[in-house]
Amino acid sequence: MVSPNSPVTGEASPATPPAPVSHTLLPDVVIRLAGNSQDGIQSIGGFLARLAGRSEQEVMTFMTIPSTISGGPSIFQVRMGSGEILSAGDQADFLVAFYQHSYDAHINSLRAGGVLIYDSDHVTPNPDDKRFTHVGLAITSATIEAAGGTSKDKGKNIFVLGLIARIFDLNLDKLRKLIQERIGGKGDDAARAALMAFDAGYAHPVENLLGHLYRLTQGGPQQQDRPTVTTDGNTALTYGLLAAGVRYGAAYPITPWSSIMEVLRTELTRYGGLFIQAEDEIAAISHALGFAYGGHLAVTGSSGPGLSLKMEALGWAGMAELPLIVINVQRGGPSTGMPTNVEQSDLLQAIYGSHGDNPRVVLSPKNVEDCFYIALEAGRIALEYRTPVIILSDQAIATRIEAFEEPDLAKHMVTVKPDLTPRPADFKPYPFDGISRHAPPGTKMLSGKYPTVTGLEHDELGHPTGSPVLHAKMNAKRREKIKKLAASLPAPELYGDPEGDTLVVGWGCTYGPIREAVMRLRSGDAPMKLAHLHLRHLSPLPPGLAETFRRYRHIAVAEINDEGIYGYGQLAMLLRAACANPAIRSICKTDGLTYKIGEIIAGIKKISAGS
Amino acid sequence: MSNESSPTATVPAPVNLPLNKKALTADHPTWCPGCGDFAILNVYYRVLEKLQIPHENIVTFAGIGCSSRMPYFVNSHGGHYIHGRALPFAAAISLGRPDVKVFAFGGDGDGFSIGGNHLTHAARKNTNMTYVIMDNSVYGLTKKQTSPTSPVGFKSKTDPTGALDRPINPMRILLNSGATFVARSHAAQIAHMTDMLERAARHNGFAVVEILSECVEFFEGAFDGAVPRKGGKFETIELKKNDGTPEDALRHDPTDEVAAFKLAGLDWPGKFGVFYQHQRPTKNELEAGLVARAREKTKNASDLALMQGTFAKMR
Repeated sequence: MVSPNSPVTGEASPATPPAPVSHTLLPDVVIRLAGNSQDGIQSIGGFLARLAGRSEQEVMTFMTIPSTISGGPSIFQVRMGSGEILSAGDQADFLVAFYQHSYDAHINSLRAGGVLIYDSDHVTPNPDDKRFTHVGLAITSATIEAAGGTSKDKGKNIFVLGLIARIFDLNLDKLRKLIQERIGGKGDDAARAALMAFDAGYAHPVENLLGHLYRLTQGGPQQQDRPTVTTDGNTALTYGLLAAGVRYGAAYPITPWSSIMEVLRTELTRYGGLFIQAEDEIAAISHALGFAYGGHLAVTGSSGPGLSLKMEALGWAGMAELPLIVINVQRGGPSTGMPTNVEQSDLLQAIYGSHGDNPRVVLSPKNVEDCFYIALEAGRIALEYRTPVIILSDQAIATRIEAFEEPDLAKHMVTVKPDLTPRPADFKPYPFDGISRHAPPGTKMLSGKYPTVTGLEHDELGHPTGSPVLHAKMNAKRREKIKKLAASLPAPELYGDPEGDTLVVGWGCTYGPIREAVMRLRSGDAPMKLAHLHLRHLSPLPPGLAETFRRYRHIAVAEINDEGIYGYGQLAMLLRAACANPAIRSICKTDGLTYKIGEIIAGIKKISAGS
Repeated sequence: MSNESSPTATVPAPVNLPLNKKALTADHPTWCPGCGDFAILNVYYRVLEKLQIPHENIVTFAGIGCSSRMPYFVNSHGGHYIHGRALPFAAAISLGRPDVKVFAFGGDGDGFSIGGNHLTHAARKNTNMTYVIMDNSVYGLTKKQTSPTSPVGFKSKTDPTGALDRPINPMRILLNSGATFVARSHAAQIAHMTDMLERAARHNGFAVVEILSECVEFFEGAFDGAVPRKGGKFETIELKKNDGTPEDALRHDPTDEVAAFKLAGLDWPGKFGVFYQHQRPTKNELEAGLVARAREKTKNASDLALMQGTFAKMR
């Protein structure tokens, strides 16, 4: 990027299309917007992400929000491009700084040679810092001038959107349509003001300061049957639940889970269902189990501390063998910890929390798109194996926006209704030689004997028993059904070399950074023999892992949690126990942020060097 | 009966017989001889006989405690959940399956201690169900610890020198929380209990009956003060007949919340009967209204059409 390396302040000019200037082609670009949470920088990010989705470009976003109630520094990072976008990018190519504190906190996230766009009304950059192209614009005053009236600097996010549209030669018609769609709902005046701010930003001859403009290379022809949709992980998960046949649920608000329950509370009424806001986490799972007992597919959800509160009831669900989907959108723990940051430290609580021997199912989506499909799978498993299924999402997947092919809804939609067929005289609710299938209330029992679901150890008919023999037999029954599920799971996809130096294993939101790290290390001057295996089924684990692991000298398990007392992250510890393979090592961190590709690369190199 | 011999008729058509005690009896109760809970079980059978709800539509649910063993002794759909949480579970059965009739049973520990929060919220939400609190003023299943309704001075294993904490006033809590049917009875009074439980079962909304049920093992004589043959007084609440007579002015108006609070404040053993009854929309009705309005807005679109509409907006 060639341009004068000195701060220049520009003035807004009348709306004119950019003069013909050269466009530098970029395969992808990372833009970080840094301001305060009330400035609407999330919505610029949202517009860009959606535009990228509609322009058949790949997109991924990353955001932080303050855990304060209102205001506070916030960033939104968007990476758009024509290739496969797997992560939100380690370093920004463009940084937009609205305030001095935005500049101070984020200037080092800009790569050397990158472009700093700053609001000269609020920011004075270090004039001696020659690493970046400095583009100073009076964003606040230009916005006030453009929008006029009493709206103050509201709309400066849209001004910046116009500026970005000019810099990257983005599709104006699509962006204007998006602004109409998104802001039009707030009234015509709001939409008009927004479009005026947008036009003012777009009209600004920023190329005079940058030296030239950019254009993203067009992606190849789309290899997909359906249009691209753009959304965040919590939304994808919500609609995955609806597609899976979930019509009932209950929860208590907690960040970052809450947006799922907010949508379900309203959406379920449209589908003829019901979602209850419960008085606490325990009541929430109890409501959900009551719905499940009634013959419905039900959901409850929370974030880390809330899952802990649900543990006794989860134990009951395992014992009574009722289907249930439990979502945990993980955040930094323990306790209130870092409620708006990402962490993957609830794995062992999800698998082993609660009391007694209580095998259950734990799944984890690898990205936003997968949130939809993991919900479908959770529903299928819960119903088929009559077990609670926990979905471990996380703050990063929950809040970031991705573009993906719209699911084939007609194919995936599931209908779940209570099965009230009269049960034959020999019906047993808890058979030794099969998976328990409850008769919901309202079902006639032809034996005349009505069943009891129970948390007490019981015989095949559900009668309480203190028999140690029966307890062992029933424990085995509950264990074997989960093992049966394990045997039915597909082997996880292996990307890269089928054998070699290091296999990098991950779960959840580490998917993108691991894949990009492995891609980079397998190419270049000294390619390494590497592979990436991403687990979506965490309990039970899919079959064949021990054999796969033996084909590599090192197994590096990358996860966002602490290395613990024994030096291994939670998945690494589990894999060491399951596979008894001393080559399994950990890459761990708990800085509240998703992995950078560089961090994974450093971890792989350290482990493969045997240190 | 014509297809009795047909080879395809493997599942005979279910026959509905009048529901009687025999059909409703399941496992033999495991309570101690002399326990007040036996009488409550028998009253439950009797009320179910009176109501004649289809057998498969009766649900008997409970939490944990001696009283909460109830579902095993009643031949109906039902279950035995975790301590204190039977109410949210049972409320969801009622909300998710409005075609069934939900009864929940529990003790004073379940209802007023570990599950106290749920009692408050179940009452304010007015979910349509019947809740019977079998209050023995002691933790019996765990062998004599202080309960939230144990009187001050009660000697238990956790208060060997006598309980210090002021006991809960169940009627006041229930009135405060917004329960729409609140009654109190005594396990030694079969006819009164039957009347109270039947009224509760016929009430549309969250109906609660607190029944004093003596634990002969760990708190013998706890409720003798309300047993006439042991020198106590069993005073019932006479309900207004609205007959214009001067006596009627003295009778209790169950819709009068202030009068109900006054009754709840009487010295122990107080009075027995319906303290309060009031009709307000149940959660079942309110939620059904939300669904009806939402469905109308969608013009009864199919689930698939709704979902396709949502994804179209994400493009």
